Amino acid sequence: MNPLVIAPALLPLLAAILLLLLRHPNLRLRRWVSLVAVLGQVGLALALMAAVSAGDILVYALGHWPAPFGIVLVADRLTAWMLVITSLLALFALLYAIRGDDATGRHFHILFQLQLFGLNGAFLTGDLFNLFVFFEILLLASYGLLLHGGGRERTRAGLHFVVINLLGSTLFLFAVGTLYGVLGALNMADLAVKVAATPAENVALVRAAGLLLFGVFALKAALLPFYLWLPAAYTHTSAAVAALFAIMTKVGAYSILRVYTLIFGANAGPAADLIEPWLLPLALATLIIGMLGAVASTGLRQQTAYLVVASVGSLLAAFGLTSSAGIAAGLYYLPHTTFAAAALCLRAEVIARQRASVGARLALGPALADSRRLGGLFLITAVAVAGLPPLSGFLGKFLTLRAALAHPQWPWVMGAVLTAGLLSLIALARTGSLLFYRADPNLEVPGTPSNGIGELVPIIGLLLLGLGLTVGAGPLFDQARAIAEQMWQPQLYIQAVLNPGGSP
Amino acid sequence: MEFLIALIIGVLTASGVYLVLRARTFPVVLGLTFLSYAVNLFLFAMGRLTLGQPPVIAPNASGYTDPVPQALVLTAIVIGFAMTAFALVLALKARAELGNDHVDGEDAP
Repeated sequence: MNPLVIAPALLPLLAAILLLLLRHPNLRLRRWVSLVAVLGQVGLALALMAAVSAGDILVYALGHWPAPFGIVLVADRLTAWMLVITSLLALFALLYAIRGDDATGRHFHILFQLQLFGLNGAFLTGDLFNLFVFFEILLLASYGLLLHGGGRERTRAGLHFVVINLLGSTLFLFAVGTLYGVLGALNMADLAVKVAATPAENVALVRAAGLLLFGVFALKAALLPFYLWLPAAYTHTSAAVAALFAIMTKVGAYSILRVYTLIFGANAGPAADLIEPWLLPLALATLIIGMLGAVASTGLRQQTAYLVVASVGSLLAAFGLTSSAGIAAGLYYLPHTTFAAAALCLRAEVIARQRASVGARLALGPALADSRRLGGLFLITAVAVAGLPPLSGFLGKFLTLRAALAHPQWPWVMGAVLTAGLLSLIALARTGSLLFYRADPNLEVPGTPSNGIGELVPIIGLLLLGLGLTVGAGPLFDQARAIAEQMWQPQLYIQAVLNPGGSP
Repeated sequence: MEFLIALIIGVLTASGVYLVLRARTFPVVLGLTFLSYAVNLFLFAMGRLTLGQPPVIAPNASGYTDPVPQALVLTAIVIGFAMTAFALVLALKARAELGNDHVDGEDAP
């Protein structure tokens, strides 16, 4: 029992409780507590990654109740990978938030830590019902964060977000209930064993529950046709929260990857490869729709939100190739797209603030005060998002396409991914030229002056992470490939959870 | 009994879905409540319907009922209750800020 497994979930919870107890309205103190907690999570996530890098699967049985009777937390390579991405993203989102976004309400830092608690817990848990509970924790915190600061538009977007997610939770419970009713198991490893041995008369029920679960995860991941909640929610919340939400859709993608390789994977007997006919077409359609949305957007924030939708599409298209190489490409693409989307969100707000009344609308506006610096950042982010060489987006896309060559439907994948690349180029080039070249000289009213280089630091940091992904592409892709290989051998996971320390 | 429970779950779900699709926030919140009632009953019934049996080990027990769905449904009730309360407060806030109770925040002309 390695306490390192539970620490990434406990630390943000304890930090949130501590912040809740700090009645003193001292914002500086809260900021420091929050920042130290997030830095601690980065450290813990890296330590966990080092601990599992040799291929060990660490299992933590809560209360020493052995699986499948108790709830287990499981850390394998995929979990550690997701935890590192989450904590790094949270660090930069927080660095941006403490420059002012957190002062508009009293509970920002508490909600922020609780959101991280939910996220880390969702990545760590090895129990399907526990996954539901962590989903609810992260959703409840995200409702609070989404509405943080108030305002009409935020309330309206928040209402839709809350209702659709409550419906998703209900469906999740129906799916989990059906699986328990038929198979009598909730532990994921135990479910994997029992799904493979489903008697013939129950196969239809198990498949229905599995597909219902896919619907829930597709809703969280904003896959077509369930993406409609995302643009409004991301457009109207504050930039730091939108940046943190870049990981929210990835929770859905992670759950799809986990559940449909482990429980309904190739070894699942009558329910094997359950979502294979659905995932790839839906992902490619999401990619195209997201890019079309980005081209048609009337606002900078809205465009960013549609680019997030499109990135989910390309991520799940890589996973949908149902091959080890495809999953590895998707896992390499995942941190890139998360960091790039967060950088886009933060950058959109910095630009909007300098455009006074025009704000984030894509209309002719006044010249930006420091257009050179912002323009440079815009160019780099755009290159990263559109997947042009030399940044990591290009590598991710290239790896996806290379993995796609082995798939029978490869012309569709090629066509969709390359068309989407062209569309994103059009959308971003149009936005960039409107923002930086076609300024209206008659509109001399300057927006809020630049807050100096300070507010650009988180954006630059996120882009540097992207650069790190490019420079370290070799070892990082090896790591992604190692994760994919581990995902491809679910019996290792089952063995580690159900038979700890036992011989095979 | 099975038929009755199935019928109740079905009616609750159908009413919930219908109400969630309404255009005003109050019916939508009511619909969410109905859906969570339905799913709670469903979860509970997934442990099979047994009468008068203990869920924990007891001497002289002739059989047992499954305790796990009871634990699950307890969790689901608490979470569902909190979420419904939140949705209700948010609906009230939207009514106050947007000036009407349409889910899109604006009355159709």
